Parts: sequence; C-alpha cells; structure tokens
Amino acid sequence: MKHALSLTALSVLVLSSTARADQPVYHAADAPEATPVVYIGNIKPSMDQGTWLHGIFNQLEGRYAPGGTDFRWDGEAWFGGDYNKIWLKSEGTLEKGRLSDGDHELLYTRAISPYWNLQGGVRMDLDDGPTRTWGAFGIEGLALYEFEFGATAYVSDRGRFAARIEGSYDFLLTNRLILQPQAEFNLYTKSDAGRQAGAGLSDVDAGLRLRYELWRKFAPYVAVTYSGYLTQARRIARDQHDDTGSVRFSLGVRSWF
Amino acid sequence: MTFPSRSRGGLTRRRFVTGLGAGSLLASLPRTSHAFSSKASSGIIPPMPSDRWDLKIGHTRISLDGKTMHAPTAGGTVPGPILRWKQGDTVSINVTNTLNEPTSIHWHGIRTPSNMDGVPGMSFGGIAPGETFTYRFKLHQSGTYWYHSHSGMQEAMGLYGALVIDPRRPDPNACDRDYVIFLGEWTDVMPDDIVSNLKMQDDYYVFRQRTAASFPKEAREAGSAGAALADRLAWSKMRMAATDIADVSGAIYTYTLNGHAPDMNWSGLFRPGEKVRLRFINGSTMTFFDVRIPGLEMLVVQADGNDIEPVPVDEFRIGVAETYDVIVQPKDERAYAIFAQSEDRTGYARGTLAPREGMIAPLPPMDPRPVRTMVDMGMGNMKPGESMKDMDMSGDMSGMKMDGDMAGMDMHGMDMKGMDMSHMAMPKMEVDDPGPPPINVENQMRAMMPIDRTGSPGDGLENNGRRVLNYKQLRATRPGADLRPPTREIILHLTGNMERYIWGMNGRKFSESGPIRLKLGERVRFTLINDTMMEHPIHLHGLWSELENGQGDYRPYKHTIISQPGSKLSYLVTADTPGMWAYHCHLMYHMDLGMFRTVIVA
Repeated sequence: MKHALSLTALSVLVLSSTARADQPVYHAADAPEATPVVYIGNIKPSMDQGTWLHGIFNQLEGRYAPGGTDFRWDGEAWFGGDYNKIWLKSEGTLEKGRLSDGDHELLYTRAISPYWNLQGGVRMDLDDGPTRTWGAFGIEGLALYEFEFGATAYVSDRGRFAARIEGSYDFLLTNRLILQPQAEFNLYTKSDAGRQAGAGLSDVDAGLRLRYELWRKFAPYVAVTYSGYLTQARRIARDQHDDTGSVRFSLGVRSWF
Repeated sequence: MTFPSRSRGGLTRRRFVTGLGAGSLLASLPRTSHAFSSKASSGIIPPMPSDRWDLKIGHTRISLDGKTMHAPTAGGTVPGPILRWKQGDTVSINVTNTLNEPTSIHWHGIRTPSNMDGVPGMSFGGIAPGETFTYRFKLHQSGTYWYHSHSGMQEAMGLYGALVIDPRRPDPNACDRDYVIFLGEWTDVMPDDIVSNLKMQDDYYVFRQRTAASFPKEAREAGSAGAALADRLAWSKMRMAATDIADVSGAIYTYTLNGHAPDMNWSGLFRPGEKVRLRFINGSTMTFFDVRIPGLEMLVVQADGNDIEPVPVDEFRIGVAETYDVIVQPKDERAYAIFAQSEDRTGYARGTLAPREGMIAPLPPMDPRPVRTMVDMGMGNMKPGESMKDMDMSGDMSGMKMDGDMAGMDMHGMDMKGMDMSHMAMPKMEVDDPGPPPINVENQMRAMMPIDRTGSPGDGLENNGRRVLNYKQLRATRPGADLRPPTREIILHLTGNMERYIWGMNGRKFSESGPIRLKLGERVRFTLINDTMMEHPIHLHGLWSELENGQGDYRPYKHTIISQPGSKLSYLVTADTPGMWAYHCHLMYHMDLGMFRTVIVA
C-alpha cells in the first residue's frame, strides 16, 4: 500500500514536472551507453582525446632607458587535452643585473565553458628579492569582444591575500600587423616592503605593442611600455630611492611553439 | 605498382558503348610523358574494367610546387591509380602494405559488407606492415567514386584515388572522352602539426580577416562606417569571425587537379564538337571547391555516383568527398580552363581542356572571399520577404512538434492513455530529439532558427550572376528503391567550438558519445541541424543517404551530404546492411577531433 502510494506520488511528480516544463522528452540517438562499444583491435576510429604541448612568450623584450636597458619576459606553457591541462607561467624583469618581479606559477587548468578555464595551483615569487609562496586560484579566457582576460587570487604562506588582473586585445591593422594593448595589475592586502608591494593597488605593467607576424609563431615588435608602482607601493619605492615608474621604448619578439 | 589482372579475359568483358574506344584514350596517352607524370595522375580511365587489382601502399617522396612530402601512396602516385570496375562483378583487390605502420583502404560510397568497408576498428583490424589484405565484394552500383586510407592521417598526406564503375546497362552518359578530375590539396606541413596549430590558434591559417585596413571597403559595402562597425562588433561579441571560411587555407595548401599543381596545367584533349565527360571527385582534406569552365556550360548528370536528371549549370560547389559527373561539349578549336577555386578564395586548382597539347586558357579572376552572415549563425534568413518562405516547414511534421503535442496532452488529460497517438492522423514515428545542444566547452553556439538551405548553392555563390547548382536541383533518374515512409527520426545537431577547436554532435565529441543503433531493415530519417558556422560534409558509410530535397520519390542517393551553416536538412536511410559503420564529417580535422559517430545496424 505504501509502495503503491509512493509510486502514485512519483508518477504525479513525473507528470507534473513534464507538464510544468511543457517540453518534449529529449533523447539523443548517440547518448553515451553504460557499456562502451568494443572496437576491433581496440582501435578507436577518431582520435579526439589527444594532448598538446604549447608555449608562448607574449613578452620577450628590452626596455630601453638611458641609464641601462631592462630585460623583461612574460611567458606561459601548457600541456594537456581539451579539459585538463598543466599550465606554467613565468615573468620577470632583469634591471641592472638584478632580477625583480619574478613570478612563477604552476597551475592545474580545467576548461569550464566555451571560452573560460579555471586555474588553481601555486605561485612562487622567486627573484633577487625575498621569496614568497602563494596558493593561486583564478579564471582565464576570452571575454566578450575577444578580450583576453585573466584574474587570479592568491593566499600566501603568511596568510596574506593578493590578486592579479591582466588583459590584452589584438587590433588587426592588417592580417600581419597587429597592435596589442596589454595591462597587468597587482593588488595586495598588506604591504611587503621587501618586495616593494603596497597594500591596495600596488603596481602596474602595461604595454602597447605593435608586432609584425613574419610567421604566425614569430613576430618581432616595437612597444611603448610602462612599469610603475601605485599608491602605497609608490611611497615604499620612493623611500627605497628606487624608480617609481617609467615609460620605456621597447623592442621584442613574440614567439610560440 | 598497380595493374588490372587479365586473368578473366578482360577483352571479352569489355563493353564500349559508344564510339569511345581504347584508341581515343590511347591517343591522349603520350601527354603523360610530361616530367611530372610519374607522380601525378593523367585522369585517363583504364581502357577496360577489371575484377582483380593489386594495390601496393608505400612511401613515395613527392615534390609539388616546392613542397616535399614523404607521402604514403597507392601505387607510388598521388592520386593513386584509377581503378575501373564493372557493376555486377565481384571484385577482389589485394592491398599490400609496405609502410612501417598499419594502413587501410576505404571504398568511399561503395555498398560493401561491413567487413570490407576498410575502417580499422570497425570493419577489420587494419592492414599490418608487410601484410596483404584482400578485399572482395560484389558491385551492386555504378558511377564515379573514390578510395582513401582510413588510418591515421594517411589520407591527408595523399593516400587516395578514383574509382570508376561501368554500369551493367548501357551508360546513358557515355561520351567521346571521359576523364577523372580529382581535386585535392598538397602541403609539406604534417597533419599533426596542422591540428596542433589549430588547437593553439583556430585562425592560424586565415590571413583574410577583417582588419583596420579593410574597414573602408567594408564601410562602402555596408553603406556606412556605422553599419560596418556594428557588424564587426556583433561578430566580436560572439567571439567569432565572419571571415572564418576554411580552417586550413592556401597559406599552406597548393590546390591540385589530378595531382597537378596549377602551373603544371593538367590537360585533357578533345576534338571540337565532342562530348567530354568529366568525373569530378573532391578528395581533399579540408577544402570545398567551386568549379567552372568559363565558356562552357556543364551538364551535371551524376551526383555521388548516381545518375540524376541533367542540370545545365555554369558552376557548382563540390564538398569534400562528394563527386559530380558533368558533360561538356566544347565546340571551338581553343583551350578551356577548368577553374576550381577554394571556397575561401585563397587559391585554385586548375586544368585545361584543349584540342592540342600545351595549350593554355586564360584564367578568370578569383571571386571575392565569402563573408559569413546571420544566416550562417542559425538566425534564419533575415532578408525581407524570404524569411518565412525559406523556413523549413517540414519542421511541423517533425518530432519536436509531435512531442510538444504529447506534452500538451499530458497536461490536459493527466492520463497515460493520452500518450497513445494511434488516433492521430500521422503515422507513428519514434523521434530521437536531443533537444537544443548545450553551450559548453565543446559547443559555442546554437542555431536558433535553422532554415532549409538546400535551395542555396552555398556561401559566396548566391547571386553571383552565374547558374550555380544547388541541392534542390538534384533529381534521381529513377524512383528510390525503398519507398516506405520512415518509422523513426534521428535529429542530430552538428556542434563545435572553433576557439578550442573541438568538433562533435549534440555538444559531445566522439569519445563521449554512444553508438547510433539502427534496427536491420529499419527506415530512418536523419535530420541534421548545423549549429556551427561552417559547412560539414557528412558521410555515412555503407548505407545510402537519400536527400529529402523536395523531389519526392526521386530523391537523390548520396554518400556525402553538405550541411550548410545555420541549416536544417534531412535524408532517409534504409538500414539494410548489418554491421558497424562510420558516420562522420569528412573534413578530416573535424572528424579526427570528434565529429564522428559509430552507427551499428543489427
């Protein structure tokens, strides 16, 4: 009796949910089956589960200044398939023989939508300043109007928080001559004078790069770049008699494999 | 090398139905003394059919247009030898693999038992290095077809060739001259590298995008800068490109005709007034061709190997893996160019019909490259007055509406008996409707208003001032063999994500999908809704696809059907041959990245 009742209740539920949705019952002829098809010799007729390895230097450039040219790189590499990838990011600036802004991340990346990936892993601030270690979690992908965009939140081994927002856009002047504005902002919850980080919006690194794609994978460029400290970090840099920000003429190569 | 075996007395089996003779064919043979002849095809069909062939698969180093590839080949040439068979014969083909990897040959469009279809994993285990596999099957059909490897990327590197099957009865389309015109591409970039590049950057090979430099022209065409800008913003908001016509372009491809680069100028001879049959085969990996012969009307007499009521045209589009036979009758003592431009207009394949060796015909300028529109995005046909007319009214008959009615009946009656449709006028039909495809990692769009585009010759060909073939014009010369109405409809959405370069159906790639199961003898309607902005030539192995193009019982039988972007079309299939069959997009890099299904007939 109880059984019959619950069955009735169930069928009413099913019916009412069908009625509520007012939708046909969908069934895909190619729906996955519990037991996979056995192929002769286990040969899969389509190889759609491949893995790929790619890497790119978005920036590999000399930033000219009368007092000495800085060298900067910003690159990433990844390995994996359509859904899961291992992602490596690295950036840094070499100025007067001293490495700064050395930021290296090892992330697991998961595709979650047509254009967006979730990323999680570790970040190491590794350069000539004090070393910091962070846990990282963020998103990365292609925003509306084809903006490349990334936002990552960090929590350090010392219980501090930080965030990075970066974006770029490719304006095609011709099919090979491409103008790319790009910017990266770093934010911190607490200042870290050893790394010239200030609480709040701490630093910006931006560039306007004009590249010519000789080949798709090799594009020399000229650029105007700006690197500088903001708000509290600006004061820290000034106190340390360091450069608080400068616009530089830069030359570089964007390349990938 | 390849040779037809003479063991069965070919001469007695010969059947030249017209004045066409070995003589006229042999007369054009010296042309092949051409420097490249050993590596390219003459297009000349063997003088007689044979039921026994030996085909050696090996590596051949081939240079074409400065691009060298150590290519897997059949018989040492690209394309491989033309095999000529005869309807009714049981043919046997010994395929010997001298490669250091497995190979296979699939007979495209030929109705064979499943174990002779040549798809590794589905028909057989492939042909191991050093092994010889004998294909043997009876030919129930005639016409123009082709063969190619179904192993890895061998087809993309050159392992393909033409098939010509003589009809048992006198050929209504027999001509004084008969040439195979095999269209293809040639590159020295390895297929795996092409895929890898597309995975990193989907427009890697597209150098015809809208740019700042092209903006003034667009503004002129759109009427104002504002309109041009609005269109650009609409596309970039969708994160797509209106200029996305072909994934792989003339940036790396040299387009070939019978294995000849354009400057090699393949030539076919004729005497003025003669009828010349040209058997066009698109054996390319990724390229649709738009074909014309300026100055000549082409009479299209066969599509995918099956005779159709002749259609006179100036031009036709041939999708990857399709075939069209056309008849031309050049009257003047001059050369005519066979001009096959790629759909994205980044190059062309070219040949010449000429009364003498060494003649050249002027080439027409390339057409402007097509630009995708909202129609391709599945937004329907927005042109005033055409929107309703072109809507696919068969949708009213389809399962979506019927299911909708059923849901409605549930609401009114709350009665399971209401599900019984026996009182309805329509025949009972099972419908496998997957519903609108999900927007996910593997699918970036949904055609909201897919329309019937079988009356359109395709993007870039509409209103070009020429008579261009469209699918509605294909009418079989005899009624279909199975006139039963379908008892089941299978709706499939063609889906993909250009950005990640993933392809599939119903928002899933091959590895995440089950097989499509058909009952032996079942009559099924396949309905394809194209939710991508590209054409997909969909090929069902082993069974005919009877295109529902408004020709009633005279539906054309096809093996490969182009689904245009933003369109909905359907075709009927009789599942009369048991086994496991491949079902896929014939753009190789779409197939290999997931637009592939297994069809099991049991």
